[in-house]
Amino acid sequence: MTTKTQTILLDPLIDKNPITFQILGICSALAVTTKLAPALIMALAVTFVLSVSNVSISIIRNHIPNSIRIIVQMTIIASLVIIVDQFLKAYAFELSKQLTVFIGLIITNCIVMGRAEAFAMHNPPVASFVDGIGHAMGYSLILIIVAVVRELLGSGTLLDYTILPLVKDGGWYEPNGLMLLAPGAFFIIGLLIWAIRTWKPEQVEKTEYQIPKQNRSEVM
Amino acid sequence: MRPLRKYLDRLEPLFQKDGRFEKLGALYEAIDTFLYSPKDVTQYSPHVRDAIDLKRVMMTVYFAVLPCFIMAMYNVGHDANVAMTANNITSVPGWRGLFLENIGIGYDPNNIWACLWHGTMYVLPIYIVTFIVGMTWEVVFATVRNHEINEGFFVTSILFTLTLPATIPLWQVALGITFGVVFGKEVFGGVGKNFLNPALVGRAFLFFAYPAQMSGDSVWVAVDAVSGATPLALWSGAGIEAVHAAGVTWENAFFGIVQGSMGETSTLACLIGAAILIYTRIASWRIMVGVLLGMIVVTLFFNWLGSETNPMFSMPWYWHLVLGGYAFGLVFMATDPVSASMTETGKWVFGILIGVMVSLIRVLNPAYSEGMMLAILFANVFAPLIDWFVIQANIRRRIRRSD
Repeated sequence: MTTKTQTILLDPLIDKNPITFQILGICSALAVTTKLAPALIMALAVTFVLSVSNVSISIIRNHIPNSIRIIVQMTIIASLVIIVDQFLKAYAFELSKQLTVFIGLIITNCIVMGRAEAFAMHNPPVASFVDGIGHAMGYSLILIIVAVVRELLGSGTLLDYTILPLVKDGGWYEPNGLMLLAPGAFFIIGLLIWAIRTWKPEQVEKTEYQIPKQNRSEVM
Repeated sequence: MRPLRKYLDRLEPLFQKDGRFEKLGALYEAIDTFLYSPKDVTQYSPHVRDAIDLKRVMMTVYFAVLPCFIMAMYNVGHDANVAMTANNITSVPGWRGLFLENIGIGYDPNNIWACLWHGTMYVLPIYIVTFIVGMTWEVVFATVRNHEINEGFFVTSILFTLTLPATIPLWQVALGITFGVVFGKEVFGGVGKNFLNPALVGRAFLFFAYPAQMSGDSVWVAVDAVSGATPLALWSGAGIEAVHAAGVTWENAFFGIVQGSMGETSTLACLIGAAILIYTRIASWRIMVGVLLGMIVVTLFFNWLGSETNPMFSMPWYWHLVLGGYAFGLVFMATDPVSASMTETGKWVFGILIGVMVSLIRVLNPAYSEGMMLAILFANVFAPLIDWFVIQANIRRRIRRSD
């Protein structure tokens, strides 16, 4: 693997993570992460849609008239999403019911559209494929972390296998109901962003206005 | 007091730059200025001349809450003792019973001291946990960020304690105050930069995370397996008859001899606090009157409207005033100077918004019988927007005048 391919593949994991750095795809990250199983399916679905749409758009990028490019991109992405949706309904009906509309809503996931616009329109197919996989991995990584925390703290299980026995079943763990609500996911993503930006301060945005700082030791 | 001052002065170099305990400088500074008014003066404009500093302001609030705190100790013990007498329970299991029986106090519900001591057994551990855990976070953040430790936490800690039910497990108290201090305040940069009331953020966290220990019928009376619904819950179930059937009169609710979170039951204690805060001009009377006005108007409207199916429509405003956390929230939570509106006109709007929302949530929302916490948090979010409109209106008015 060349260094360029490596950057395209690995940058979206943490340095340019679509959720924690670009703040995209938050809606699905809140909606499908109460349990780990639907989060994994969602991660796979987005990986498929993102990589294939990137490749397809990249192949025909020189033939798409600029004025209707968004429509063309949407058509390709929508077709892929329908394929995934039908596939899940055929082979994993129970899970597709848990995911409800959120598979269909991959169409509106900003990450898919954003990569098509920002990368696939200007780069050859192989690079676009790697970019799609990279961003899908970054998205999946956060999705899985959030889902693990939420399922573990909210229900005491992982993939429905009991890890922390609940008080109502004679165990010791009192489940945290907030983790099953959407705000719980917000707090976890917020904490993740806080942790990552403490680790990598270059990700911190410049403030629009800074109140003059005065520290304790300056006054003393 | 001289030796103490000398002792502090002798220690001071250790905590200054390059001293042995430089990292703990914030802690030294906090203790020093807690005991003595600091002699430093502001070096940059703007200068505001005022007789008291932030620490004295916070201590005044602290004293204003004390009547509620004492009432909480009494009422928790009273409820527990009444329930014990009614159920023929003669002894409390665990360390509480051991202490109460060994000092020979007993469980007489008519004995004020017995009630006070029994209640203290519940209120004090919750307060101590709140204080130690919350203060630890304050010190950690102050040290890492090189800030002063702010005495705002004294007030946050006592307010947070009083909004909890007496039977809450202590680990949940620790979790709640952690969330309140870290997410309600420190992530925004510390005291003065938070836009929500930290005590209420902590309570809201517990309310949604552990509803079984924060609401319902069985958490208010500190005796195992004894249930007692709050009057608000009774009313929303079956109207005023249910409240009277439970032996609750308006006077009971006013003095605070009812079920509820520890500090919120007594409207009288809250009124004493309100008098102190308004007399010393620490809390804004505009906000308090606004909350009252908003609630009265909306409640009168609901009374006039009436409803066949929802008994809450019939609750008069003077009952709203004495039930649930209304009075406590009005006096101590809504008037938090950091998270409320800053402009004088804005304070009216802010207060009225809370009053309107609390009636709407209590009457129309079947999921929550109490709405004060949610109403105040809701208004907190809108406070900056309200201020913005007030300031814009003022700018427009002055431009028109100069034309």
